[in-house]
Amino acid sequence: MSAVPLQPPRRLIEMTVDGQEVRVPEGATVLDACAAAGKDIPTLCHGDTLTPKNACRVCVVEVEGSRTLAPACSRRAEPGMVVGTATERARHSRKVVLELLASSTDLSTTPRAAEWIGEYGARPDRFGPEAATVAQPPKVDNDLYVRDYAKCILCYKCVDACGEQWQNTFAIAVAGRGFDAVISTEHDAPLTDSACVYCGNCVEVCPTGALSFKSEFDMRAAGEWDEPRQTQTTTICSYCGVGCNLTLHVQDNRIVKVSSPHDNPVTRGNLCIKGRFGYQHVQNVGPSDG
Amino acid sequence: MDLRFRDAEPSAEERAAVDAVLGPPPSGWEGGARTEEDLRFASGGHEARDRRDLLLPALHAVNDRIGWISQGALDYVCRRLTVPPAEAYGVATFYSLFSLKPRPTRVLHVCTDLACRARGAEAVRRGVAEALGPPGASWRPSPCLGLCERAPAALALEAGEVPKAAVYGPMAPDREAAGRPGPGAADDAPAGPPGVDLTERPEPPAEHAVPQAGRDGLVLLRRVGRVDPASLDDYRAEGGYAALRRAFALGPAGVVREVLDSGLVGRGGAAFPTGRKWEAAAGRPDHPHYLVCNADESEPGTFKDRVIMEGDPYALVEAMTIAGYATGCHRGYLYIRGEYPRAVRRMSHAIAAARSRGLLGDDVMGQGYAFDIELRRGAGAYICGEETAIFNSIEGYRGEPRSKPPFPVEKGLFGKPTVVNNVETLVNVPPILLAGAGAYAATGTAGSTGPKLFCVSGAVARPGVYEVPFGATLRDLLGLAGGTTGTLRAVLLGGAAGAFVRPGELDVPLTFEGTRAIGATLGSGVVLALDESVDLAGILLRIAGFFRDESCGQCVPCRVGTVRQEEALHRLSLRPAPGDAAGDLALLREVGQAMRDASICGLGQTAWNAVESAIDRLGVFSPREGSPA
Ligand SMILES: Cc1cc2nc3c(=O)[nH]c(=O)nc-3n(C[C@H](O)[C@H](O)[C@H](O)COP(=O)(O)O)c2cc1C
Ligand code: SF4
Ligand code: FES
Repeated sequence: MSAVPLQPPRRLIEMTVDGQEVRVPEGATVLDACAAAGKDIPTLCHGDTLTPKNACRVCVVEVEGSRTLAPACSRRAEPGMVVGTATERARHSRKVVLELLASSTDLSTTPRAAEWIGEYGARPDRFGPEAATVAQPPKVDNDLYVRDYAKCILCYKCVDACGEQWQNTFAIAVAGRGFDAVISTEHDAPLTDSACVYCGNCVEVCPTGALSFKSEFDMRAAGEWDEPRQTQTTTICSYCGVGCNLTLHVQDNRIVKVSSPHDNPVTRGNLCIKGRFGYQHVQNVGPSDG
Repeated sequence: MDLRFRDAEPSAEERAAVDAVLGPPPSGWEGGARTEEDLRFASGGHEARDRRDLLLPALHAVNDRIGWISQGALDYVCRRLTVPPAEAYGVATFYSLFSLKPRPTRVLHVCTDLACRARGAEAVRRGVAEALGPPGASWRPSPCLGLCERAPAALALEAGEVPKAAVYGPMAPDREAAGRPGPGAADDAPAGPPGVDLTERPEPPAEHAVPQAGRDGLVLLRRVGRVDPASLDDYRAEGGYAALRRAFALGPAGVVREVLDSGLVGRGGAAFPTGRKWEAAAGRPDHPHYLVCNADESEPGTFKDRVIMEGDPYALVEAMTIAGYATGCHRGYLYIRGEYPRAVRRMSHAIAAARSRGLLGDDVMGQGYAFDIELRRGAGAYICGEETAIFNSIEGYRGEPRSKPPFPVEKGLFGKPTVVNNVETLVNVPPILLAGAGAYAATGTAGSTGPKLFCVSGAVARPGVYEVPFGATLRDLLGLAGGTTGTLRAVLLGGAAGAFVRPGELDVPLTFEGTRAIGATLGSGVVLALDESVDLAGILLRIAGFFRDESCGQCVPCRVGTVRQEEALHRLSLRPAPGDAAGDLALLREVGQAMRDASICGLGQTAWNAVESAIDRLGVFSPREGSPA
């Protein structure tokens, strides 16, 4: 048995991206086609281990013959499609989407947000100081991870990872409507009273840092979080026989966070509470260390 | 799935309300009393889960009985249907008619939307606040209630063993007494009491909303006021069910052909050719097929579907049966907005009566065709009228639109090929079959065939639903409605998602192509006349507020864009000097363009239409306008 499942050969689709001919396998998305053409399209709600909800709309591109712009992350590539990634309309919508997000949400820990804001010339401050935001205090209700919804862009990834796409736990869902919509447990109960099993698979897919390890949250608060100083070591979890790969993020010889490679055929980035959070025994070596 | 519950107990009343919808719990695993037997096996919950689509009816049952949904009640519903509590909470909090906090059994919904605003709703709101205190649990401002011919209107919903509803309107029959500000006096409070009338009176009959009722030559409104809406015999005596008989003679493909040839296009707003939709669905190999009749009617200023359902309910039952027959469906869902208690009552009566006479059921009219209709109630969410959001709502999920493709005819309700049609669209079908496609298409214009219903409201002498052949001009229509009262300032065509038309453009033919030519739209048939006394900036703010409230929140351009649009309009309407408006106008345009281009569904895509047309066509906020209109 091979570790990487063999797939039946797929037909290739020909289309153009920004005037350039590209070929992608049938079933690929427009985003895949853009990548094949070497285009770097921003994405937020798209994740490599999930089917996206195409809610953020930062990846929109112009598809010839389509009345509205299309989300590259979700639109299937079709033969003969003519895609423009850098048309004025597409760039305009991306710019405004970035402005709308950055003016309402704290994007300070969203990777690449600042870079895209610069690239598109977005000015989030143009909506004025009175612009409504989703600012709120972080929810620190357990020892393992923190939910800081002031940073949440409502990408639905955590809900999908917790629910039907991975974990089947359904501890969280989107509640409320419109600008007041939030990710929530039932009745906004603390996680400790919810169905949460602390697999941390929501943390793994969160694109903004709204969900983070408590260790990371505390170190950031203390000004000690320093990613360039961290090393990442991938190893195999020793708790059970499944053989999940763990990537240990280590700063100053302490494990500060655990992730799992998204392309690992065993985990696809997912772990259980033991692999994700059960690392303390590694560093609690003696009484002097407590 | 390993569900965790909160161990909050439902009250006996809550339990009874839920059991009345779902039946008694089959075992301890689904919330019943635990028996010895239950401990010997674990139920996987598949059967319960297959009934997920009963989540919304079960939530309604609790809300109808108690007035709000407690933790114990929600927990019990979740156990009964094996739904994760977090998901059920997400669904319950999506709908504005549900409350998850205690509140009085009786709640008054006071319409403060466009048509009511044009007839003194602001004064009514102030009057109600004076009588009942600030808005909160016992009364609240409401989006359009679809009672626009009775504007300003309100609806009281009262929970109980037998839930009650009362409709008020017009709440200030004398517009001057309602404190309607005179020209120029934008926000002057009226002297004296605002004269809000809160006495409960019997609701006028449906034909009250149809000034043409009883006249010759009507097609769609022919029976309204002429038949007893409860009587199937009346309906049959007036030609009812002749079209279904004709459909059986034509066969499904023959019916689709007639509808194609008639040129009928959807009346729900998107104007898609009905025959093409039916043909596409009928030809799909995967089964079952479903029919969904969209009676969510929540576009502000729209009330035509209500009038049909209240005044001629069997027409819709027959039309749905024909549509189901033509497209290979054996089940149709009729989704009626929650704010239409009388339409719900009349339609459920009509469905039951038709069933008892063999006009629905296993063998319709003895023709060997099985078809039945299930009525579902919305719970206060405009977005559930969107053709894919309605599927999620029926299936027991949050009423969020799905992304297309796949289209409903490919993968719709429960993932199956589905035909979604508006009420008015469907009731055009029996006349098409009876007159023949050719004769039907002879009415109207080449691009817009047949008769059309318009919902005329605002500053006209006789507001109501009017039927005219396509091609009549806006002037004709306003004339039918007794002409405008006061000096006309603008007409809003198509509702909140529509566009404003100037007084100089009244000769526009009311056709899809005619309105398109002047950059407007027919939308759902809203014709809202605004006179000079109306504060246009206030109307725009209300439109923006409507979209902000009704956005499902799924996609960023709409969720945040509608908020930024409202904020900018708010600044513009407060600004003393129009000189510094340029920045906000540019901002509106940029955000509007992104909402139009990048939103998932029609709500976000059209949320800037009316505001744009007011700025561009009416010159609202332009320096020449002087002070903001
Ligand atoms: C936000 C939104 C709300 C809608 N509400 C309704 C509605 O209440 N009733 C309706 O018939 N169509 C409504 N529509 C249009 C439907 O999506 C769909 O086009 C229509 O039901 C199709 O039926 P038709 O072809 O018979 O018009 C709405 C669309 C959007 C985007
Ligand atoms: S456009 Fe608005 S209503 Fe439609 S999916 Fe997006 S957020 Fe929801
Ligand atoms: S990445 Fe495509 S919509 Fe978010």
